[in-house]
Amino acid sequence: MANLVEIRDLKVEATSDAGRVIEIIRGVSFDIAEGEIVALIGESGSGKTTIALTLMGYARNGCRISGGSVSLDGRDMVRLSERERAAIRGTEVSYVPQSAAAAFNPAQTIMDQVVEITRIHDLMPRADAEQRAVSLFKALNLPNPQSIGSRYPHQVSGGQLQRLSAAMALIADPKLVIFDEPTTALDVTTQIEVLRAFKSVMKKGGMSGVYVSHDLAVVAQIADRIIVLKGGEIQEVGATEQILTAPQHDYTRELLSAFTPKQHARPQAPTAAARKPPLLDVLDISAGYGPIQADGLPLMRALKSVSFRLEEGRNLGVIGESGCGKSTLARVIAGILPQVKGDVIFDGRQLARSAAHRQKEELRKLQMVFQFADTALNPSKSIGDILSRPLSFYHGMGRRQQESRVCELLDMVRLPRAVRHRRASELSGGQKQRVNLARALAAEPKLILCDEITSALDTVVAAAILDLLKELQRELGLSYMFISHDLSTVQAICDEVIVMYNGEKVEEMATGLEEGPGHPYSRLLFSSVPKLDTRWLDSLELDPELVSAFARR
Amino acid sequence: MNKHVLHLVLARLVIALITLVIVSFTVFAATVLLPGDVVEILLGQAATPEAVAGLRAAMHLDDPAIWRFLQWFAGIFTGDFGISYANNMPVADLIGPRLLNSLKLAGITTVFSVPIALTLGITAAMWRGSWFDRTVTVLSIGVVSVPEFMVATSAVLVFAVYLKWLPALSFANEIHSFGQMLRVYAMPVITLSFVISAQMIRMTRAAVIETLNTPYVEMALLKGASRSRLVLKHALPNAIGPIVNAVALSLSYLLGGVIIVETIFNYPGVAKLMVDAVSTRDLPLIQTCAMLFCIVYLFLITTADIIAIVSNPRLK
Amino acid sequence: MMRSATQFRAAGYSINIVGLIGFLLVFSWALVAILAPWIIPYPIGEIVDFDYFGPISDKFWLGTDYLGRDILSRILMGARYTVGISLIAVMISCTLGVALGMTAAVVGGWFDTILSRFLDALNSIPSKLFGLVVVAGIGSSIPVLIMTLAIIYTPGAYRFARALSVNINTMDFVTVARARGEGTFFLIRSEILPNILGPVLADLGLRFVFIVLLLSGLSFLGLGVQPPNADWGALVRENIGGLPFGAPAVIFPSIAIASLTIGVNLLIDNLPQKIRDRST
Repeated sequence: MANLVEIRDLKVEATSDAGRVIEIIRGVSFDIAEGEIVALIGESGSGKTTIALTLMGYARNGCRISGGSVSLDGRDMVRLSERERAAIRGTEVSYVPQSAAAAFNPAQTIMDQVVEITRIHDLMPRADAEQRAVSLFKALNLPNPQSIGSRYPHQVSGGQLQRLSAAMALIADPKLVIFDEPTTALDVTTQIEVLRAFKSVMKKGGMSGVYVSHDLAVVAQIADRIIVLKGGEIQEVGATEQILTAPQHDYTRELLSAFTPKQHARPQAPTAAARKPPLLDVLDISAGYGPIQADGLPLMRALKSVSFRLEEGRNLGVIGESGCGKSTLARVIAGILPQVKGDVIFDGRQLARSAAHRQKEELRKLQMVFQFADTALNPSKSIGDILSRPLSFYHGMGRRQQESRVCELLDMVRLPRAVRHRRASELSGGQKQRVNLARALAAEPKLILCDEITSALDTVVAAAILDLLKELQRELGLSYMFISHDLSTVQAICDEVIVMYNGEKVEEMATGLEEGPGHPYSRLLFSSVPKLDTRWLDSLELDPELVSAFARR
Repeated sequence: MNKHVLHLVLARLVIALITLVIVSFTVFAATVLLPGDVVEILLGQAATPEAVAGLRAAMHLDDPAIWRFLQWFAGIFTGDFGISYANNMPVADLIGPRLLNSLKLAGITTVFSVPIALTLGITAAMWRGSWFDRTVTVLSIGVVSVPEFMVATSAVLVFAVYLKWLPALSFANEIHSFGQMLRVYAMPVITLSFVISAQMIRMTRAAVIETLNTPYVEMALLKGASRSRLVLKHALPNAIGPIVNAVALSLSYLLGGVIIVETIFNYPGVAKLMVDAVSTRDLPLIQTCAMLFCIVYLFLITTADIIAIVSNPRLK
Repeated sequence: MMRSATQFRAAGYSINIVGLIGFLLVFSWALVAILAPWIIPYPIGEIVDFDYFGPISDKFWLGTDYLGRDILSRILMGARYTVGISLIAVMISCTLGVALGMTAAVVGGWFDTILSRFLDALNSIPSKLFGLVVVAGIGSSIPVLIMTLAIIYTPGAYRFARALSVNINTMDFVTVARARGEGTFFLIRSEILPNILGPVLADLGLRFVFIVLLLSGLSFLGLGVQPPNADWGALVRENIGGLPFGAPAVIFPSIAIASLTIGVNLLIDNLPQKIRDRST
């Protein structure tokens, strides 16, 4: 097979606000054969999207292709004029964006935007283009293919928009399609449908593709070859099967091992624990947003009569897709969002609904850590000041004591002591999340609510945080309530899991895989998580009724 | 228009009404309730205690303030603006012809400056960073950061003193020909146009640049769209709200500019009337002029907001 | 990225040439305002030239005014009024506006709604008009001018500070402090204020420009600083009679205003990104 794309010694520079020039892509070379799908995989900052965009001869604001060549079907995209590039964009190479919701113009109908490429390049009469669009809608398994085009982007769901953006990219039969993390923003149950649609359309058209992702399991389903990137350089190139089963490079191995879920198995008999009074007892909680209605409940109900209990020294996972109410649950327990109904009993005391009315001791024993490490740290304070505040607030410590305790806390979360003089902006994502943990630990809590604390981190970094959590638990006898959309993360640390759907608790179960989920939604959710197996997507059989009942596509 | 949009529009109108009440109370309070006795000012040398008391009673100044406010407020809506202290004429009669003059000035300025300013703002945004954009930006910053009277005096120096094209000061009493009209209006219109265009260019440019930075414009670029298509089909339809807002705010700037311009060019409009009224402390006249300006301002801003609501594609 | 992040910081605080020019303009006018009585070549009230609207000469660097007084001296002394009054007014309006804005953002609820509605209403009175009305009501003196200017620009400062604070208030670190049990005062002083300080200072500069322009405008209309004192706006008014023959007496006070306001604008526009955008 001839090579459609040949990239040689590609270099891209970025200019910072302060005017410094950094090389973010450092001499990358690879080929894409005709009809081949190549995945670019790497963590944030690895340069995967930047490389993919150079295939269109495009570099984002502040970036510049500074060297090398990107040959597409014999033409060097780097050296073409802007006008020549524009003629190729959309017709020969096209782009499926990460967030379709942002990439659709809110002021135009979907059809206008799907057929726009044919209008710009004057490829076919509008009626033909629309017909083609409708057949693509059908091929991509979209509902109401005849009429969906007349809607506006905000009137259809995220999963549908993502598939519509693929239709937009495919309308002119390009030779190469770039998928830029197209399923990252989607829930797992939606992701399956979208992946399947992409795969079948690409196979049928015999097009080449570049699939950019950070998720090895997703890539395993669709790519022929995988290129592993780190810091703007290629680490390893190989066929998908080889990368998954016989990785050569250390970094690839690290990625794979971080991905493989480590089962959390603690041989603790639940019968023994059951006799102790629970640490946290949540009774029949309802909460939400918006004005209170006649029935005493808010307009937007995020939680509907949720109850569960958590015993001391054990970990509870809360799992569900976006909008299921799992984060609201944590906010209610922490007193950030007062519930309208129900009680929270913690350590034998009934807690006031709002944090403002709780005792300092109650607040101290219950700490929360947030998803986005950087917004949870005050950017204008030093790490030392951030960690000192709970020490003086809860424990009334003096200056001296605070200083030595801050050092101890940094040791506990495995950060160098010198970090205390730094500000949050000078730390990496993983380091920031460790500081957030240290701040929670400073209060000497009994229970820490972890709200998606590893979701915004790269896989390797997230795995290290999970290890740290386990270690701290052994040393300090903590309990965690661990909220996540990611099943493997929850399995790695929790004794029990509750599954939430649409504000309700649908299932409560132990994490061991020996007993499978009972509720149909849990079954759908668990089976939708991609596996590191190239045959997983093709062999997966989902009950279509189940999918249509629960997946919000 | 659906129910949701209607609801938003109505809410905006209610806010405008509440604002109007607060504004009129402030205007009334600033002119009447603050220290400084009107009667003594009016009577001047002849302010004997008896005369003061008599006039106070005649002017109902001894009534409770809130009652006087309500009467005055009701008067505004029934067209009864009171009697001018200075020349004993109904305020409405004094303002009428002057208002027409001011509206003419504002109208001509708007017709000139809005199309020019929008074109310059949008094109500057399209070619951001080019020499054209830099020139427009520097000039508009320059005009925005000097006082209006400096723009006016510079215009006089250039057009009247050095070029001798136009008279330095204009009087709108007698206009018999188109040439005369041009000469009379030229200077005030040039000055006002400069002042409000600078504002409008800056705001329009910022609004268009903001939409040009959105992912959907990048997406259109990656479909192969040309620069003009990016701006005209993708950025502009989404920038209508901010642009209309920019136009309204700039036009409301006319209200401030017109005060200086009418004074400096001796133009017989409402603003000049008001400045003269301030020097004679003719309170009913000042109050009415002030309310007139505030109502125009509120009208502009409210209209802009409603257009922004109605043009928002997400509310369709 | 770690290594380069620290280097950005060192480079980030450097200032460019245009910003430096702006700073020098502002700084020298501030010096003039302080030192004026000692550096003026002639007493400001004294008629030193037989000619009125005299041209630029060795004796009178910027010419003479409508009475034959030295314009340079009068401009140097005028700096005291223009810079002084504007500075005090901007300090009052920003302190008041920022304090109220932060409180409204943190407290929220009815306090926020009523305060915002009221101040927005005040904001919808055109500034020059507000000045006219107050001067008509209570007459013009320097304290009245300062208070009027301060009140006119408080709603704007409030709105700006509130918008910034509302953004900061939704950040998780503020939620963490709330969940810890911290009180309103701590939230405002320790969590909100340090994070809006940069943009607030930049806003203070712009607001200073607005106040200088409004004060000059009012003085130009004869409603600002009253004779025998004169700020730059009043100097233009006094000498407007010289306009038809392009007298320096009417041109230079205008240039003084422009150099100050453009100087502030240049300085603010070229502040390091880090200071302007701390909130983002």
